[in-house]
Amino acid sequence: MRWNRREFVKWAAASAGVAAVSGCSGTSGRAAGRVVVIGGGYGGATAARYVKEWSPDIDVTVVERSSEFVSCPLSNLVLGGNARIGDLTLGYGRLNARGVRIVRDEAVAVDAGRREVRLATGHTLAYDRLIVSPGVDFIYDGIPGLRSAEAQSRVLHAWKAGPQTVALRKQLEAMRDGGVFVFHIPTAPFRCPPGPYERVCQVADYFRRSKPKSKIIVLDSNADLVSKKGLFLAAWNGLYKGMIDYRPNSELTDVDVKGMTVKLTFDDVKGDVLNVVPPQRAGDIARSAGLVKDGERWCVIDWLTCESAAVKGIHVLGDATLSASAMPKSASMANQHAKVCAAAVIALIKGQPVNPEPMMMNTCYSFVDGKSVMHVASVHAYDPAQKTILPVKGAGGLSKAASELEGTYAWGWARNIWSEALG
Amino acid sequence: MKLIVMGACCAVVAMTSAAAPTYAQDGTQARSLAATCFTCHGNEGRSVGGVPPSLAGRGRNELLQVLKEFQSGKRPATIMHQHAKGYTDRQLELIAAYFAGVKPMPASGAPAARGGS
Repeated sequence: MRWNRREFVKWAAASAGVAAVSGCSGTSGRAAGRVVVIGGGYGGATAARYVKEWSPDIDVTVVERSSEFVSCPLSNLVLGGNARIGDLTLGYGRLNARGVRIVRDEAVAVDAGRREVRLATGHTLAYDRLIVSPGVDFIYDGIPGLRSAEAQSRVLHAWKAGPQTVALRKQLEAMRDGGVFVFHIPTAPFRCPPGPYERVCQVADYFRRSKPKSKIIVLDSNADLVSKKGLFLAAWNGLYKGMIDYRPNSELTDVDVKGMTVKLTFDDVKGDVLNVVPPQRAGDIARSAGLVKDGERWCVIDWLTCESAAVKGIHVLGDATLSASAMPKSASMANQHAKVCAAAVIALIKGQPVNPEPMMMNTCYSFVDGKSVMHVASVHAYDPAQKTILPVKGAGGLSKAASELEGTYAWGWARNIWSEALG
Repeated sequence: MKLIVMGACCAVVAMTSAAAPTYAQDGTQARSLAATCFTCHGNEGRSVGGVPPSLAGRGRNELLQVLKEFQSGKRPATIMHQHAKGYTDRQLELIAAYFAGVKPMPASGAPAARGGS
């Protein structure tokens, strides 16, 4: 028979993987490979589930620093008093019961040469393929007044669901009727394009019910609403008429925490509750692992496999990626990345062909009040000529209007996407 | 001895490569297409709570007809007409056949939300 070099390398790599598995985690020597996933959110938990489900002979370990999963989608409802944070909080027990090892720790470094992840506790995890799904971290460089942890605990972003969401809700509850909520939106791209405008609806819904003399000032760095513009404006000019003062092109220069003032290029805006969402970039571990090029904010990946363009053997998912054309940074999208990535990781470990024409679709629901919801949808197909994933022309679109029927679909979406990630 | 073992391993690898079906033939393509639907319709098309509806175990022809009607706009929808237009006829056929082949059983469900405030 022919002894070809590529096959030898493949065999050698596979054998090394097996040896290291038995040496490291104490599992049987028969594991086909080891996959480590950094981040147990919509991208990482879903990828882990499907690598294990579609290839039970691969060892899968998720590194997650939080003890529970808290959903960012629907978390604006907590601000509006239309859901509790507990309604959006789920454990990792069932994912673990599926055979996925959950390590509660923080990944602090990646040695791509040795194929090891170093954890905050000092332990290391060896991998054959690494999946990095760290979400976003915030850039405070341009906001001197918010650099300290103390300042950040008073002027919240609440753009990662959890304690900040609950704390912002408490600030809104403590605000006097007749107060002003000042909300700053960073320049796109950021996590969840319709999220800011949904947040305005939710806070308005709360004020309308409980603090009707209060006002909302929206300081948007962007030139206009970046998502579902007509649908949101219908709510703002209808249900919430007179409550919302929307100011586009409001570039933030600083925040005066003591004076409760947002400073813009030409104006200062004072409020009773400030909510400043800083600009974002790929999560810190993606940067320290060399997955983000100097001067860039996001990870460039190959959309066939979600493998990093910068470091071989490492795949990146979700909000941390440099989004392809018309692709939002959303939970649905991270879930779809995860399944393309899981299938590709299995194929690469086993030396099988990778899907040459992956498809992805996106659905983002936004709540106008406690029940009425509208969507934006899109379908994305890999284009081999351009070597990227592109929106399919003629597909996708928006709701005609917000409806309670879509409210039931939004909660159904949540139950099913949570079940995929954590069930 | 060692070399002989290595040779044997490589023979297995080579045979696997030669016998490997193309991607489209081995069912993983259909699974990958169907998996794009799981996000809203549940893992394997088994919807937790049944909204949006479960797709697992529905008849292939029924599913394909419904998808084609969404695509053409004949069947009213909030969102499915917009999704169905993103897939080719061949892709819709693979998706319909995939879900028709899944055993219809209750969704395993998500872990219950923790609840509380």
